[in-house]
Amino acid sequence: MLPGMRILIVEDDAEAASYLVKAFTEAGHVADHAKDGLTGYGMAEEGGYDCLVVDRMLPKMDGLTMIGALRGQGLQTPVLILSALGQVEDRVKGLRAGGDDYLPKPYAFSELLARVEVLARRKAPQAAETFYQVADLRLDRLSHKVTRGGEDIPMQPREFRLLEYLMRNAGRVVTRTMLLEQVWDYHFDPGTNVIDVHVSRLRAKIDKGQAKPLLHTVRGAGYVIRDGA
Amino acid sequence: MTGLRRLVGTTAFKLSVIYMLASAIFAGGLLLYVGWNARRLIDEQIGQTLTAQINGLADQYRIGGIRRLSAIIERRSRQPGSFLFLLLGPGGETIAGNITGVSSAVMANSDLAETTYQRFDESEGQPVVATRGALVRVFTLPGNNRLLVGRDLEERERLNAVLGQAIRILIAALLVFGGLGAFLVARRALARMDAMTATSQAIMAGDLSGRLPVSGSGDEIDRLAVSLNAMLVRIGELMQGMKEVSDNIAHDLKTPLTRLRNSAEEALRTSNSKQEYRAALERTIEESDGLIRTFNALLLIARAEAGAGVDSFTAVDVSSLLLDLAEIYGPSVEEAGCAFITDIAPGLTVQGNRELLGQVVANLIDNALKYGVPAQPGASAEVRLSAREEDRKLLISVADRGSGIPPDKRAKAVERFGRLDTSRNKPGSGLGLSLVSAVAQLHKGELRLDDNDPGLIVTLELPLPA
Repeated sequence: MLPGMRILIVEDDAEAASYLVKAFTEAGHVADHAKDGLTGYGMAEEGGYDCLVVDRMLPKMDGLTMIGALRGQGLQTPVLILSALGQVEDRVKGLRAGGDDYLPKPYAFSELLARVEVLARRKAPQAAETFYQVADLRLDRLSHKVTRGGEDIPMQPREFRLLEYLMRNAGRVVTRTMLLEQVWDYHFDPGTNVIDVHVSRLRAKIDKGQAKPLLHTVRGAGYVIRDGA
Repeated sequence: MTGLRRLVGTTAFKLSVIYMLASAIFAGGLLLYVGWNARRLIDEQIGQTLTAQINGLADQYRIGGIRRLSAIIERRSRQPGSFLFLLLGPGGETIAGNITGVSSAVMANSDLAETTYQRFDESEGQPVVATRGALVRVFTLPGNNRLLVGRDLEERERLNAVLGQAIRILIAALLVFGGLGAFLVARRALARMDAMTATSQAIMAGDLSGRLPVSGSGDEIDRLAVSLNAMLVRIGELMQGMKEVSDNIAHDLKTPLTRLRNSAEEALRTSNSKQEYRAALERTIEESDGLIRTFNALLLIARAEAGAGVDSFTAVDVSSLLLDLAEIYGPSVEEAGCAFITDIAPGLTVQGNRELLGQVVANLIDNALKYGVPAQPGASAEVRLSAREEDRKLLISVADRGSGIPPDKRAKAVERFGRLDTSRNKPGSGLGLSLVSAVAQLHKGELRLDDNDPGLIVTLELPLPA
């Protein structure tokens, strides 16, 4: 289990906020709640949070203004924007205002959790890691080589990027839409199980014939690469 | 008389009156100019005749002296319609002539001059009472006798009178007919405007089927009415579309919502173990995910149809977009037992929204996978993604080898929730093709469904800048 994170939820809907606080707590994190933009700004500015989850429409100070003000103060805490506006332009606007990720409502909590966990990790100093290792699976970012138990696994470029993203977030669940966004840079609903097919092909390459599978499917959420079930 | 005030207040009336006044001023001015010119011409002509007369009489004087001259003048004076003559001696006494009452200042002048005179009655030798106008010329003969020859100005005055009358009649006629015209034009314009106002009030009251009256004359009011009517048709279509969407949403969301509710209720009632609860909840989440997808698709369609996102158009590299999609979907297509063939011309770009274009091609491939499996066993399944430029159009097509869509059902297939299998047993929201169509329209393009013989070929036609 990953160490818990401190998350600030800035959301004016009390019911939605208490659901989120509870859900994040159950997932092993510590979550605080601010009910408007001004309070959220004050709490976030004091620091100590690993990730902010900010609703766009907030009383007193709207979400985008709040994020802009925090960024103006030099605060680097990753921010995920929640919004009922799900269009491409709205996403671009949110990211331009200083958000790091954008999730349109309604969303599945598993999707939000996965994104927050991946975002919060970014806060940790991003040493230019030259390789990732999970158990005996090793991905070398410089030579673009993947080995399992010392044996070479040939990879297509896109498979390599897929595995790289999964391994960079080893231990964290990544969702199908996150994979489509990060590996292929598309923000649409892929419909059928297109991502699943890519993942199962990757799984066939790295886990086939191995006693201990590393790439796991998390039902209702996505995928995770980790050592152990 | 508010009716008359409204009539006078119309633009048509004001314009007519202004036009009428301008015409009157112009026509009057023209007649005055003609009159002035005619007068000048007449004066000139009279001057020439007078000079000729004087020269002839001066010749007679040289030949026969004052006696001969006075005899000739006496004779000529008696002829009807004659010139005016007056011969004065050196002392100013009248020697011969048919007029009197000419001022001495005129007699001292040798230029053509206008003066008044009194004429002797031809039979009785009495001066006529009336003083009349004449154009005269005076010539001083040797021996200081002075000869005046003149011409009555009656003709010229008559011309002036005729012209003056013409101007008065013209202006009166213009005022009468122009005023009447202005009244009629204004009344007609007012009647049409009133009809339009009445119709638009009916429309505002909620009757969208009303249309503004078109007179058929093709004038500017007609053109306005025609384009307003076209707008009403469009608004009507949109309203109808909205109504259909909300009806369809109500219908299509109610079914899964009921299913969701029922399965949750049933789980509550019958589940005994933790595993059973868990399975029921997982089903519930799956159902709600489907609902969210349907919702998002509907929003996307509505936004595309409303023209949102046009301002965020950028140059989209369609070739690489399609290659990306081929890469994303390739494994799924092959997994489904279909051959995936791509035929994408390099370097195709179009002004558009990359995400929406990506989504619609994804929908088309998805549809080909769902419905494009050959009906008869043994037939080779294939999905073909191709793109090329033709006649300044970018053609993106996705073709399958399934059972296709009969021509009469193609329009239905593009409608929202327009799934052709009435049993609705295949997965999908029934919104895929309507999104494709809405996005095509957003890019000012078209969606075409054709027979792939066998199978369906769906083509997205996007116009390229000329």
